[in-house]
Amino acid sequence: MRQAFSIPRFQLPAFVSAIGTRLPQWPHALALTAALNAAARMKLLPQDSLATLEGRSFLVEVLDTGGTACFTYRAGFFRPLFGAPATPDLAFRANLSAFLQLLTRQEDPDTLFFNRELSIEGDTELGLVVKNMLDAIEWPKLPGLPRPHH
Amino acid sequence: MQRQKLPELICPAGSLPALKAAVDNGADAVYLGYKNDTNARNFAGLNFDEKTLGEGVRYAQSRGRHVLMAINTFPQPGREADWQRAVDGAAALGVDAVILADVGLLDYASRRHPDLRLHLSVQGSATSYEAVNFAQREFGVRRAVLPRVLTLAQVEHVIRNTTVEIEVFGFGSLCVMNEGRCWLSSYATGESPNTVGACSPAKYVKWEKSPGQMTTRLNGVLIDRFGDDEPAGYPTLCKGRFEVNGETYYALEEPTSLNVLEILPEIARIGVAAIKVEGRQRSPAYVTQVTRTLRAALDALARESERYHVKPAWQAELAKVSEGNQATLGAYNRPWR
Ligand code: SF4
Repeated sequence: MRQAFSIPRFQLPAFVSAIGTRLPQWPHALALTAALNAAARMKLLPQDSLATLEGRSFLVEVLDTGGTACFTYRAGFFRPLFGAPATPDLAFRANLSAFLQLLTRQEDPDTLFFNRELSIEGDTELGLVVKNMLDAIEWPKLPGLPRPHH
Repeated sequence: MQRQKLPELICPAGSLPALKAAVDNGADAVYLGYKNDTNARNFAGLNFDEKTLGEGVRYAQSRGRHVLMAINTFPQPGREADWQRAVDGAAALGVDAVILADVGLLDYASRRHPDLRLHLSVQGSATSYEAVNFAQREFGVRRAVLPRVLTLAQVEHVIRNTTVEIEVFGFGSLCVMNEGRCWLSSYATGESPNTVGACSPAKYVKWEKSPGQMTTRLNGVLIDRFGDDEPAGYPTLCKGRFEVNGETYYALEEPTSLNVLEILPEIARIGVAAIKVEGRQRSPAYVTQVTRTLRAALDALARESERYHVKPAWQAELAKVSEGNQATLGAYNRPWR
């Protein structure tokens, strides 16, 4: 077996996103920024890359759940944005399965992008910084969790 | 039959996790670069600083693998010292070889660090054994990476006429235009791999989404338009669709990936010393998938020699990560030269 677990490619039914878009969106942003701040505190995110995020606005949209999160990075912290900017500096859009595959390093962002499963819009260079920053994170090895190995 | 030597597997590392993925999945060596324009993948947020370099070198070497440092762009006028410093740094770090393209830098490295192993980069554009032997005679180059423009017969011809080890590309996105001498990116942006270490730098790239299609522009130059279900490619001029004589098509090259699984036995038979995987800009997931697959293929070749055959599962795994989702043997099996 290739991996201890593997996330299949799936798409949630359209009604899920119809419900999702009607829920308040800021809890997503809150959860996401909290996670990013934790990563920054643990020095998992390289300083030079963080510096280039200063004052820029980001949008992450999970298409099939209808969830969106807007946030910015200012003075050393990721902060939720409560009103979505009309044109964020950078927007990532994908279905939940693609985001999960990305985060677990099961798929390569370029692969998802080539296959049109991940859309990146806005400042391309900023997109590259973010992508490479996520790639460079050395996730602490948590004891007891199965290592994705073969 | 005499048992042939298996080519080494050289894998890309754009970050520490990618390096570890390559080592853990069976690469014999990894290649990497500094976070600056001394290497041809100078992308924002990519590559290594002193700290990650030290850790990466330790991780690989303690597991018996090699680390090759690419310093393969051309020193820009007035800033030669930056490139020399990169070579000094690599030597101090104890990397197993540096991959250089510029003759001035090769000369510097061979004089300053006589014990440092030198590889001639693909950017050095040596396509003939004369060029390879010149680099050996003048700078003591031990290995040359051949550009992706030669047929297999031509590669064999070079190998038969030199004692320098020969490395070829085995998998990855194609960048074949005049290896080491392509100025397409400079034409559109004023910057190209040889000058700033990146083809089509991201700051010039715009992906514009509109209902039903996506448009790619490089510094305003229209590169391509994709329908919603069409695969996308890298935003380089060589892979754009252009109107030529009233027809719009990939006038220079289709977005494809090179894949040599099918001719692996041939590659080993003619005495290729190493095969290289392209993609320092890709993520640890890509490095894992490609390294694992090529390792399996090379091990199968070692075990089965004549009975070696390409497993559909390998092809499927590689096709998935390919740009343009199609694979080609590139120039290796081209009837023309
Ligand atoms: S334009 Fe194409 S062929 Fe030229 S350097 Fe860029 S990727 Fe390579």
